[in-house]
Amino acid sequence: MMKRDLDPGAIRPMLALPQAPSVLSRAGWSAFVVALLAVCALAPLLNLLVPQGSVFHMSDYAVALTGKIMCYAICALAMDLIWGYTGILSLGHGLFFALGGYAMGMYLMRQIGRDGNYKSDLPDFMVFLDWKALPWHWAFSDSFAATLFLIVAVPGLVAFVFGFFAFRSRIKGVYFSIITQAMTFAAMLLFFRNETGFGGNNGFTDFKRILGVPIATPSMRMLLFVITGVSLLGFFLFGRWLVASKFGRVLQAIRDAESRVMFSGYNPIGYKLTIWTLSAMMCGVAGALYVPQVGIINPSEMSPANSIAIAIWAAVGGRATLSGPIIGAFIVNGAKSWLTVAAPEFWLYFLGALFIGVTLFLPHGVVGLVKQLRGRLK
Amino acid sequence: MTPDLLDEGERRIARRREKVLRGRTESGGRQAGFARRVTVGDVDVTHGRILYLEGVSVSFDGFKAIDKLSLDIAPGELRCVIGPNGAGKTTMMDIITGKTRPDEGTVFFGSTIDLLRYSEPEIAQMGIGRKFQKPTVFEQLTVFENLELALKTGKGVKQSMFFRLDSGQGDQLAQVLHTIHLAPDMSRLAGALSHGQKQWLEIGMLLMQDPKLLLLDEPVAGMTDEETARTAQLFLELKGKHSLMVVEHDMSFIKSISEIVTVLSEGSVLAQGTLEQVQNDERVIEVYLGR
Repeated sequence: MMKRDLDPGAIRPMLALPQAPSVLSRAGWSAFVVALLAVCALAPLLNLLVPQGSVFHMSDYAVALTGKIMCYAICALAMDLIWGYTGILSLGHGLFFALGGYAMGMYLMRQIGRDGNYKSDLPDFMVFLDWKALPWHWAFSDSFAATLFLIVAVPGLVAFVFGFFAFRSRIKGVYFSIITQAMTFAAMLLFFRNETGFGGNNGFTDFKRILGVPIATPSMRMLLFVITGVSLLGFFLFGRWLVASKFGRVLQAIRDAESRVMFSGYNPIGYKLTIWTLSAMMCGVAGALYVPQVGIINPSEMSPANSIAIAIWAAVGGRATLSGPIIGAFIVNGAKSWLTVAAPEFWLYFLGALFIGVTLFLPHGVVGLVKQLRGRLK
Repeated sequence: MTPDLLDEGERRIARRREKVLRGRTESGGRQAGFARRVTVGDVDVTHGRILYLEGVSVSFDGFKAIDKLSLDIAPGELRCVIGPNGAGKTTMMDIITGKTRPDEGTVFFGSTIDLLRYSEPEIAQMGIGRKFQKPTVFEQLTVFENLELALKTGKGVKQSMFFRLDSGQGDQLAQVLHTIHLAPDMSRLAGALSHGQKQWLEIGMLLMQDPKLLLLDEPVAGMTDEETARTAQLFLELKGKHSLMVVEHDMSFIKSISEIVTVLSEGSVLAQGTLEQVQNDERVIEVYLGR
């Protein structure tokens, strides 16, 4: 009966199908433009042009801190795509961050040139180890273009190979998390060794310049800050585009009912592998932006605790929201830099309490809380 | 050439023509001697069978879930499968859809596609849709988005990234929304639907895939009487255009839709026939009531 009186032409006007979701709402675009202006215009103005004594002056410390947190926020964003949207909890994203950082670090080490302690063409730690030539994997480290490529290619390739075998074997849930954790731990042990050629436990530091320009000048720091901010906003927009597309809805479908996805004709392996690799590449970029701003990269960046921290930022801000993890990264790291000065012995207790509190009372994070409150006011 | 022989030859030609017209040749209706084009991936049902299982066995840790099961389904047929718990009904569906690999036996889709060589997504794309026993929908997506994902279209990563619903697909979506009576709820999250509505949504997702063969595992479990009646009506409409295999425990539902009923027990076919026939079968009565 109900099928017989179905003339498609007759139904269409009666039934307004929902529009495809847009990348950002009108309010979202406004907020985006404000953030872009703050990063590209306001921050340089307040830091470089407003005199130091003024209340409006943005201190170098604030620039360095914000720049660092924006790198973390990119990681949290990458974590949200793989964990919040696809339901795959990675506890090894610190590895991809560090790989991007090391790729950048190698370039920065070569930029030191003969200004190191030993006045040699080789990086100091190699002279110290009595090496006579650069190892093979340093071959392209003097080229900035190659470095830019390696920053995304190395984490991407590692993630792709790892993901290919893990997803093909249908490793899921907590097992996947544990393996990623083991992966980053193994890499850390590898990088700790001197013979690997990555500076052992000291890693890389004492950077002098980038593209021939001194790295520690205020304007250079500001430039790195702006690039980081623009990258973060760019990745945010890219993430919004991904999750607004059907691709993003397939990811959420994989999270909710993977078997139904398969029986609908989608091969989840390709989808998981794509988002996993993209996520790793984003972390690589974050690491590469982090290293010149902080001035050091060493294997402790690969420690399991760092990877877990990324998951905490995403959870605190609110999973599957994209804006949430960015906010989470700012809240947790802001609190960290304040508390480790004000009451250093309480920081870890605070972090633990925060994680328990969020898990118990804020399953949708800070963003979820705001949404809930707004819903109540309506 | 004698006149006798000429007459005889004429009669022979007439007989053959008649056979061809009635579709009673040994080759199942197609005209013998004419070549057919067989396209890779296309289901070939010229032999009158869309699904064909023969001698399929599978065991889990020594327990034979399916034991030399042979079963076949004609194109456009609505086949009901009943059987006590543990008879292997769900395992059979797992095997057809590629989730479980049998230890032995053959499973063919049409006469050319060996299903044992394909993965779940590939089998789904060839045109076998499956509804699970427990309604499985994407709870965090809206009803509309659920149906959109099931739409028969390119399922690759890139195609999904740049996918836009065209108006023909929109019409199809609107039609299915009406058919499953969820048009007013299309913007609600699927997780907020009632159990019966979720069953309907899952059936709707199958319809979006436009499969040639639908496997439905307990489609009316948890539905109200009215919803059950509507489901029966829907299945009867689908019959003929699609082939359906329905596993159910609800006998009144079976009665309202069934032509041929297959009874499974201990992993193989116990009886087959009309509902009346199998209900009067001694062995079936024993399996259901005895012991």
